[in-house]
Amino acid sequence: MSETTIKSILYLNGVNKTFDGFKAINNLCLDIRPGELRAIIGPNGAGKSTMMDIITGKTKPDTGEVIFRDQIDLTRHDEADIANLGIGRKFQKPTVIGSLTVWENLELALAGARGVWQTLFFKLSDAKRTRLEAVLSQIGLAARRDELSFNLSHGQKQWLEIGMLLVQDPQLLLVDEPAAGMTDYETLETAKLLKSISQHHSVVVVEHDMDFIRALDTKVTVLHEGSVLAEGRLEHLQQDQRVIDVYLGR
Amino acid sequence: MSTPFVSTYLWGDKGSRYLLIVLCLLGVGVPLLNWLPPENSFLHVPTYMVSLLGKYLCFAILALALDLIWGYCGILSLGHGAFFALGGYAMGMYLMRQIGDRGVYGNADLPDFMVFLNWEELPWFWHGFEHFGYALLMVLLVPGVLAFVFGWLAFRSRVSGVYLSIITQALTYALMLAFFRNDMGFGGNNGLTDFKEIIGFDLQATSTRLVLFVLSVLVLMLAFCGARYITASKLGRVLVSVRDAESRTRFLGYRVEHYKLMVFVVSALLAGIAGALYVPQVGIINPSEFNPLNSIEIVIWVAIGGRGTLYGAVLGALLVNYGKTYFTSGIFAEYWLFILGALFVVTTIYLPRGLVGLKEQWANGKLATLFKNTTRAKVAS
Repeated sequence: MSETTIKSILYLNGVNKTFDGFKAINNLCLDIRPGELRAIIGPNGAGKSTMMDIITGKTKPDTGEVIFRDQIDLTRHDEADIANLGIGRKFQKPTVIGSLTVWENLELALAGARGVWQTLFFKLSDAKRTRLEAVLSQIGLAARRDELSFNLSHGQKQWLEIGMLLVQDPQLLLVDEPAAGMTDYETLETAKLLKSISQHHSVVVVEHDMDFIRALDTKVTVLHEGSVLAEGRLEHLQQDQRVIDVYLGR
Repeated sequence: MSTPFVSTYLWGDKGSRYLLIVLCLLGVGVPLLNWLPPENSFLHVPTYMVSLLGKYLCFAILALALDLIWGYCGILSLGHGAFFALGGYAMGMYLMRQIGDRGVYGNADLPDFMVFLNWEELPWFWHGFEHFGYALLMVLLVPGVLAFVFGWLAFRSRVSGVYLSIITQALTYALMLAFFRNDMGFGGNNGLTDFKEIIGFDLQATSTRLVLFVLSVLVLMLAFCGARYITASKLGRVLVSVRDAESRTRFLGYRVEHYKLMVFVVSALLAGIAGALYVPQVGIINPSEFNPLNSIEIVIWVAIGGRGTLYGAVLGALLVNYGKTYFTSGIFAEYWLFILGALFVVTTIYLPRGLVGLKEQWANGKLATLFKNTTRAKVAS
C-alpha cells in the first residue's frame, strides 16, 4: 500500500486500560493522518504515557483497536516488532546509552538490520556514515561526537535522543515531553526541529509547555481522564470552557 | 566494524596488548623454564607448578566467560560453575573410558565405580565417550544446549536482575544434588578420577602437562580475542545498551532476548571449554564443582579484576587464585574465606572498576581534588 492511499497512520478506537481498578485509558479514540504533526496535552494522570505505552507495545490494552497504517494491528506485536514496523519513541526522561559515545548512540539507532549476526558483522557504509554526520550537525552535537553521552547536558541528551529517532527513520514519531527541563531558547529550537521533521514523518508530541505548543502551531488534542476532551487549534481550545476547567485555567 | 579490529581493539588497546604479551611470555617461558634449568636451580619451574598455572588459566577463561555476560550485558549469573563442571564431566568421562582394564577391578567395559555398584552394563549416555572427538563435541554441546534452553525460557519471560541470579544459583545447586547421587551414573560423591592417559599420552608425564599448559594459554588467548571481537562489534554496543537501558533497546527495535541468549550461550561454551581443560590438569572432577560457592567466587574474581574490560577478569582470576594457593597453604589457611570476603567488600566499596580501573580512578580523584581546591580558592577571593 503506498503512502498516498493510507488514510490513517495511526488509529485508536475504543481503547480501554484499567490498572487495579483505575481506568487509565477510557474509550480513547484518536486518528492521526499521514504527515500530520499532532500535539497532545492534558493534566497529570490524563493517560498520556499509558497511551504511548499502548501504541509502542509496552502495555496491552484491555479492549479496543490500535491500528497502524490502516491495516496493522499493533496489539499483536511487541516493542521490538513495533519499532521495526516504523514507530519510534522518545521518552520523557532522556534515555540515551550513557556508556556509549554520541556517535555510537546514533549508530545504534540507525535504521537497518536488527539481527544478532548482522550486528556482529556490521560495517558502516559510506552512505550511512554521511547520513549520521548530517544528523549529528542537525542536532548540533558534531563537536561532541566522541564524547560519552553520559557527559552531555540535559538538553543535549534530549537532542541526541531526537537525533536517534531521526536516524531510526520511523514513519511515526512519538515524542514525550521533549521540552522538559530545557531553556526557553532550546524549547523554541526543539519546536522548530520537530516542525521540520514533520515534513517527512508523522509526529505525535506530548507536552505541558504552552509556549512550545504555540510554537508548534498545529492541531491539539486535550486528554482528560483517559479520553479525548477536545480537539482543535490551540486558540479555539483556549476559549473552550471544559478545557479551561480541567487544564488551562489552573 | 569500520575500523580494523586487530590494530584498534587488540593492539591499540593498552590492557589487551599487555595481556596478550604476558600470555605469550607465559606460554613460551614456563615450558622453557621447566625444561632448561636443572631441577635444583631457582629458575626451574617444577611440573606441579606448571599444572597449577594451567589451572589458573582455566579459571581465567571462566572469568572471561562471566565478564562477557555480566560486564557487558548485565546478566549476573551465579551459576556459571555449572557449565564449567559439565564441560569438565564430559572430558572426565572420556578420560574414564581411557583407563580401560587398568582400573582396580580390571574391567575393560565398565569404570570402577560402576563395577562397585554392581552395574551390568554401561549406561546409554556413556556410549561414545571412548572417542576423543565425541567427548570434545559433548564438551561444547552439553553446556551449550543447557544454556540455550535455560536462557530461552528465562529471557523470553523477561526474567532479569536478581531473579535471574537466583535461578542460575538454583540451577547449579540442583545439578550438584543430582550429581551427588550414585544412580545418576557419574560416580556420585567421588566423581571421576584416577585418570591414566589422554589420546594415548600419559597424564602424569611432564611433556603432556606442558602441552596441556600451552593449550590452556592458547585457548585463553583465542577466547580473549573472540570475546574482544564480540564486544568491539556493533553487537557489543547493543549488549552494553541492553545492560544500561534494556527497554530503550527494545524500542530501538532490537530483540533483547535474542542478544542475551546469544551471549549467554557463547559464555556457557567458553565455560565448558575451560572445564574440559581443567580436568586433565587437576586429575579429578566431582560434584563439588557445582557448588554455588564456586560460582560466586567467579563473580568475585571478575569484580576484583574489573568488570566490563575482559582483561580485568583474566587478571582478577589469576591474582585471586594465586592468592588462594598462597594463603591456604600457610598459617592464614583458616582465614582465606574471610580474606576473600573482605577483598570483595573493599573492591565493591572503594574500587567499583576493579584493579584495572585503579589508575583512571586515581586520576579522576586527583582531578576532583584539584577542582575542589581551585573552586575553593575562587570562592575565597
